Amino acid sequence: MRDLIGADPREIVWTSGATEANNLGIKGCAHFNQRKGKHIITSRIEHKAVLDTCRQLEREGFEVTYLDPDSHGLIQPEMVADAIREDTTVVSIMHVNNELGTLNDIAAIGKICRERKVFFHVDAAQSAGKTPIDVEAMNVDMMSFSAHKIYGPKGIGALFVRRKPRVRIEAQMHGGGHERGMRSGTLPTHQIVGMGEAFKLGFENLPAESARIDALRTRLWEGVSDMDEVYLNGSPDQHVPGIVNISFAFVEGESLIMALRDLAVSSGSACTSASLEPSYVLRALGLNDEMAHSSIRFSIGRYTNEQDIDKAIAKVRLAVEKLRELSPLWDMFQDGVDLSTVEWAAH
Amino acid sequence: MAYSEKVIDHYENPRNVGKLDDNSKNVGTGMVGAPACGDVMRLQIRVNDDGIIEDAKFKTFGCGSAIASSSLLTEWVKGRTLDDAAQIRNTEIAEELGLPPVKIHCSVLAEDAIKAAVRDVREKQGR
Repeated sequence: MRDLIGADPREIVWTSGATEANNLGIKGCAHFNQRKGKHIITSRIEHKAVLDTCRQLEREGFEVTYLDPDSHGLIQPEMVADAIREDTTVVSIMHVNNELGTLNDIAAIGKICRERKVFFHVDAAQSAGKTPIDVEAMNVDMMSFSAHKIYGPKGIGALFVRRKPRVRIEAQMHGGGHERGMRSGTLPTHQIVGMGEAFKLGFENLPAESARIDALRTRLWEGVSDMDEVYLNGSPDQHVPGIVNISFAFVEGESLIMALRDLAVSSGSACTSASLEPSYVLRALGLNDEMAHSSIRFSIGRYTNEQDIDKAIAKVRLAVEKLRELSPLWDMFQDGVDLSTVEWAAH
Repeated sequence: MAYSEKVIDHYENPRNVGKLDDNSKNVGTGMVGAPACGDVMRLQIRVNDDGIIEDAKFKTFGCGSAIASSSLLTEWVKGRTLDDAAQIRNTEIAEELGLPPVKIHCSVLAEDAIKAAVRDVREKQGR
């Protein structure tokens, strides 16, 4: 891990996954430093493992500021700088957003946090193996990782906890004092080996793999973007290539996914797809509910090739065309009706 | 989300997709739902002089279950009287399609749509 992310082996705490790492880092650091202050800063588009952790801290009496991203889905460094207060102890901002693929400027945010003497936690579950990471250069104090997001085994993750300057966290799990007292419990050696290997492969092939996936991304977007009323969500330049989030206006996302059953797509994030709420991430970007309902996320990975992309393009085009034929909204749009002026019968 | 075979069938081969002339006195339109909620159904019926529904068309923006609920409804209402059509309950639709609890609202929407369409044509014809 040292070569891959610039950390010392003694700075790695093995966990059951990124969810536990996020809990341990944010709660552990907030609890340990609560005499200094009880203010936390995060963003509205974090993964639920961070948001729900912050909600729990709020229940315990902490105050949390949730930063709104810009319209491209990015948390700008100055937004963090403006939100830091005397009593702020922890800032938690994700490296890559899981629904949009947007890539935050972690080094710039890290610099601000270091200058203002605030601990900086980064959820890197989506970025490891997708973009370079250097905890030293980025001034990161804590960073969460997951193995299975990078083709490793499920059930293993890690939290990087900086030694110099030292970051101290309160343990969540008490027992034999494993992991320097930060996380007790016998280590699952086989899982750790699997994670180490997955990370090694991920980071070693990073430049070539990034370029390959980026070409597939461009191919996908060019294959669908000539249709009317199709929009790319997220940042056009600050992103990882493997996540593409697209709105197909007047087509409901779930019905589109039904037509693409054999593709790796989801509406909203997979974790919340069971709910009928549109994606909270897209809404935080300023998309209206209607557009958020019409968006789906494509994932391009190690095993995706050009034929897969071409097949996806053909399926998407066919499905969008068919569903628009079925859509009363598309009808109205074609007739020049401004949908925002229609009085809908709420239900 | 696992879909029942009937939902998949209606989704892949929707019955009676289309639009009827809303200006006609014999056509009733029921439009329910809202884009912000993720589903909008437009159900239209045409009645003959005896008050029998002789044609029905729909268009739906919504998930597969919403599409299936409205597609099924168009099949069911054809040949019925207005009174009869207005009696259709969402539970019958949900049962026929095997909708899971999280999708029951799709059948509720379909019931609302046929009621609205019946009301509309009655208002137009003053009966």
